[in-house]
Amino acid sequence: MSYNWNWDIFLSPTPSGESTYLGWLLDGLQWTLTLSLGAWIMALVLGIGLGVLRTVPNRLLAGSAAAYVEVFRNVPLLVQLFIWYFVLPELLPTTLGDALKQTDPLAQQFFAALLCLGCFTAARVCEQVRAGIASLPRGQRNAGLALGLTLPQTYRYVLLPMALRLILPPLTSEFLNVFKNSAVASTIGLIELSRQSQQLVDYTAQAYEAFIAVTVLYVLINVLVMFGMRLLERRTRVPGYIGSK
Amino acid sequence: MSMIQIENVSKWYGDFQVLTDCSTHVTEGEVVVVCGPSGSGKSTLIRCVNGLEAIQQGRIVVNGTALADPTTNLSKLRAHVGMVFQNFELFPHMSVTDNLTIAQIKVLGRSTAEALARGLAMLDRVGLKAQASKFPGALSGGQQQRVAIARALAMDPICMLFDEPTSALDPEMVNEVLDVMVELATEGMTMMCVTHEMGFARKVADRVIFMDHGRIVEDASKDDFFGTPRAERAQLFLSKILQH
Ligand SMILES: Nc1ncnc2c1ncn2[C@@H]1O[C@H](COP(=O)(O)OP(=O)(O)O)[C@@H](O)[C@H]1O
Ligand SMILES: [Mg+2]
Repeated sequence: MSYNWNWDIFLSPTPSGESTYLGWLLDGLQWTLTLSLGAWIMALVLGIGLGVLRTVPNRLLAGSAAAYVEVFRNVPLLVQLFIWYFVLPELLPTTLGDALKQTDPLAQQFFAALLCLGCFTAARVCEQVRAGIASLPRGQRNAGLALGLTLPQTYRYVLLPMALRLILPPLTSEFLNVFKNSAVASTIGLIELSRQSQQLVDYTAQAYEAFIAVTVLYVLINVLVMFGMRLLERRTRVPGYIGSK
Repeated sequence: MSMIQIENVSKWYGDFQVLTDCSTHVTEGEVVVVCGPSGSGKSTLIRCVNGLEAIQQGRIVVNGTALADPTTNLSKLRAHVGMVFQNFELFPHMSVTDNLTIAQIKVLGRSTAEALARGLAMLDRVGLKAQASKFPGALSGGQQQRVAIARALAMDPICMLFDEPTSALDPEMVNEVLDVMVELATEGMTMMCVTHEMGFARKVADRVIFMDHGRIVEDASKDDFFGTPRAERAQLFLSKILQH
């Protein structure tokens, strides 16, 4: 079987003539990046908050955070996405739900995917943060409190800065997962990077070029994220701290 | 005037009773040493004094403020009760300077310059002025503990609590910490010290408390304690400790 390699395909105009196939891919890349970075920021904020709640001396708060984690970590991501996209608008009060359905379909897809990925990843970040805080010596909390810091101040200035440093490596892999998981958004029609490459194959039948290009782009994202996180690790390293290698 | 009053305090961890009907007091300027076997509840008792642990029975009053009083602002009270821990508990991600100033700035509302001046003065006092810009990880255990004492002193404490401040130290570093504590004691600081350093007790303690199984079984003046401890367990304990 002979395959006609044609790398020029990326520069050819698309059927509508408005863009090139490379333009399509970059368009998809842009959605993947926007969705993933947005979801990651949401996951960090929510995940750190939940992780803190899991360790506070209050059963109700700690229990609620634990329940959140159980739900969002154990329901498959695809199912969660369908719930956000198809089911949630039906559960909202009719007027609100109808208003939602009137909005731009692209916005609906994007925000459903953003909330889905953000909440899912937050559960995973939460567990890392909880483990990070738990791995600190118990005396650190007491030392903060004994100096007169309030519990929130103790978290802010004493516990979280150390805990977050300790969990940077696992957070890096969660960050990478967000980019991979963002491909799930294609199932509700968001034309992100992976969906865009599929489309490219459908239109041009140049499958190898399309998948090689998309693989390179995903790898590039990975390399950049790892590089950035390494840099962050180096810049936040604590001099002489034994626990951090 | 009584600085610390502990009245009929009992405490449980679940079903396990850690403290049973403990009563004692520390008056202003007094140095009280608490000793007893491991697991007898010394750390728990001292943590109850600044409300780091809640008690289920009894009453603790510090400088006239009842801890259990719902109007008591525990953080505010703790800001002026210095505490020194067995494992130092300096904040590893902060320089020595930041360790000394963070609570002064965030809790007492001092300006950075003011906090720095006060912090460095205390650091000088424990003989570590040259280490100001280092991180805790770069210091020896003895130095870390002295920084921890300076950190507590920078808050202008009305009394100081020590929980086995020298037990985690290599033997050659014990004295540098004890010297600082002796100096504090002779200057009139009110101190409650959990320690097995009987040399320290002999030198500066006013009273010695002996705990066993969550009870205060001996609470005597230093001379009485070392002369004729009444409780049998205390005698046994002393004879073991003093052999070293
Ligand atoms: N957080 C806790 N939960 C349950 N038991 C504890 C806790 N802290 C201490 N204990 C128990 O309480 C007893 C007294 O502990 P502690 O006050 O640390 O004794 P000491 O300082 O005299 O060695 C010990 O038996 C210890 O195992
Ligand atoms: Mg102890």
